[in-house]
Amino acid sequence: MASSAPDRGGAFDRAGGASPWRSALATLARDRSAMAGLAILAALAVIALAAPYVAPYDPRAQPDIVTLKYLPPTLAHPFGTDQLSRDVLSRIIFGSRVSLSVAFLGVAVAVTVGTGYGAIAGYLGGKLDGFMMRVVDALLSIPRVLLLIAVATLWNGLELAGLVLLLGLTGWFGVSRLVRTLVLSAREDEFVTAARALGATHTRILIHHILPQVVSPVLVAATLAIGNVIVMEAGLTFLGMGVRPPNASWGSIVYDGRDVAAAWWISISGGAALVITVLAVNLLADGLREALNARQLPAR
Amino acid sequence: MTQPALLTVSDLRTYFYTGAGVARAVDGVSFTIGAGETLGIVGESGCGKSVTALSILRLVQQPGRIEPGSRIMFEGQDLLQLDDAGIRRVRGNRIAMIFQEPMTALNPVFTVGDQIAEVARVHASASRRAAWDRAVEMLTLVGIPAPADRARQYPHQLSGGMRQRVLIAMALVMSPALVIADEPTTALDVTIQAQILELLGDLQQRLGTSIAMITHDLGVIAEVASRVLVMYGGEVVEEARVETLFTEPHHPYTEGLLHAMPRVGRRQERLAVIPGSVPPPTAWPTGCRFRDRCAYAWDRCAREHPPLYQIGAGHVSRCHLADEPERRRTARAMPNASPVTPASVSGGVA
Repeated sequence: MASSAPDRGGAFDRAGGASPWRSALATLARDRSAMAGLAILAALAVIALAAPYVAPYDPRAQPDIVTLKYLPPTLAHPFGTDQLSRDVLSRIIFGSRVSLSVAFLGVAVAVTVGTGYGAIAGYLGGKLDGFMMRVVDALLSIPRVLLLIAVATLWNGLELAGLVLLLGLTGWFGVSRLVRTLVLSAREDEFVTAARALGATHTRILIHHILPQVVSPVLVAATLAIGNVIVMEAGLTFLGMGVRPPNASWGSIVYDGRDVAAAWWISISGGAALVITVLAVNLLADGLREALNARQLPAR
Repeated sequence: MTQPALLTVSDLRTYFYTGAGVARAVDGVSFTIGAGETLGIVGESGCGKSVTALSILRLVQQPGRIEPGSRIMFEGQDLLQLDDAGIRRVRGNRIAMIFQEPMTALNPVFTVGDQIAEVARVHASASRRAAWDRAVEMLTLVGIPAPADRARQYPHQLSGGMRQRVLIAMALVMSPALVIADEPTTALDVTIQAQILELLGDLQQRLGTSIAMITHDLGVIAEVASRVLVMYGGEVVEEARVETLFTEPHHPYTEGLLHAMPRVGRRQERLAVIPGSVPPPTAWPTGCRFRDRCAYAWDRCAREHPPLYQIGAGHVSRCHLADEPERRRTARAMPNASPVTPASVSGGVA
């Protein structure tokens, strides 16, 4: 750097680019609890993907429903067996595929729809914005669980894809509000006016200058929502409206163990899987929030 | 003005339809800018300078509206009649704008090189490679050392002065015919201010660009402008060549602005001020909009909205004093309206 320059870059000079995203990642990497959450989630994801290889038994096999049912935890069955003599550990491992993918895809649907809807409302503004947000208000006024149960009841024989869609399409209202607010304020940023003054099209302004301002908060909200949706799917399944037997999800495992007096280990195992996952998700979300808030707009 | 007019604004009115009533932020402004000329536009905050600038490129947002009857002729077309695609072809290409806050006018998530290159990609459909090369070339032009390295940096890694240079580079990518600079030096410290003004002047000489320099700082005007427009209450209140304005200001508001300027070599206990503040644009006073703050005001000022009186060649003023000049002598009451007299120099001259 030519040191004779009248105004130099200041103390922030670092070799290589210090993109706000990259510095956020660096902050995140220093956050131990977030990293622990990420590690747990990564491990769970690997186990879910490799389920046929890591599960000790076939999750649907019922070797002997008379003599092998309700076996308490042993070395052969670390989490015991259920009322149909199935290995609970194997069911949890296979169940993670369902629980995690339903939650992840459900949130993906919710975030996509919510971001699109909120961005349009916030960017176009005016009467359309007012109308679109009143619609969201109306939808938000219906308790989500009620909505889920109503649709799940009417929609007999819900497939997994249907469940994903259901959870996604009932989950975007909050996201759309968040995005709309962020877009409203980002639209007033001077660099957005500057981009307009340079002749950028609406599409370009939205994608290049407004959506990047929205990504961080939405990412945090989406991460938190994953934990939420995992629990919600478990609840639906527990009520018999989500994943159908003989497929396992963590919710159905908790349901299988509802006779706690006969076998406490079934519900506890399913519940523990849920708790650990949701905890990991929340740790990661908190870390993300810290990292992204601190680094989002270094100039301010 | 000997130059042919590049931009002719006539009867520009930009109103904001707010809950508190109609804010007539710009109310019948007319002016021209010649090719290669620098026009200064001065006034306090709330006088309509910035809205005038935004109106030229049609950047005024809801609830603001440019009223029918306004005309902005530029290179043979009325900018107000263009469709969306048409005005986009003008923005950043034929007319570019430099904003006040170099801290916030750059997108924090893209490198400055990307942001300069974007202009070339939008208007010249340049390839990624060509646009990047152009960006580095522009950074060189605005005097940024090690431009190829700087282009890869993010706005927060540059100082305020550097960022303002980047904004100037962005404005000049397409060699526009007119650059509108809205308080480009206000956020910078004085030494950097001087450098930026020098850079603008130098680039103007080289590229033949016209500049509309919007500022509340008469010092800036004195340095760069050849002609000055003084705005008050959404109107032009005085227009003159810069030398005329500083030596023979006519409008009491202009006088007030000149006296409010701190000067080296003039010892004062406190700076002179214009009493009061700009009234809200939803409720301009009837008659003359400056009369509440004016030491000369008499009954006619409340009754009759002053037209732009011709004072001299290229010098107009929106003040009834042009009609009744004797009143200026009888009403010397306003202390800061008097020229530099011993009375205004406290502490005495040694």
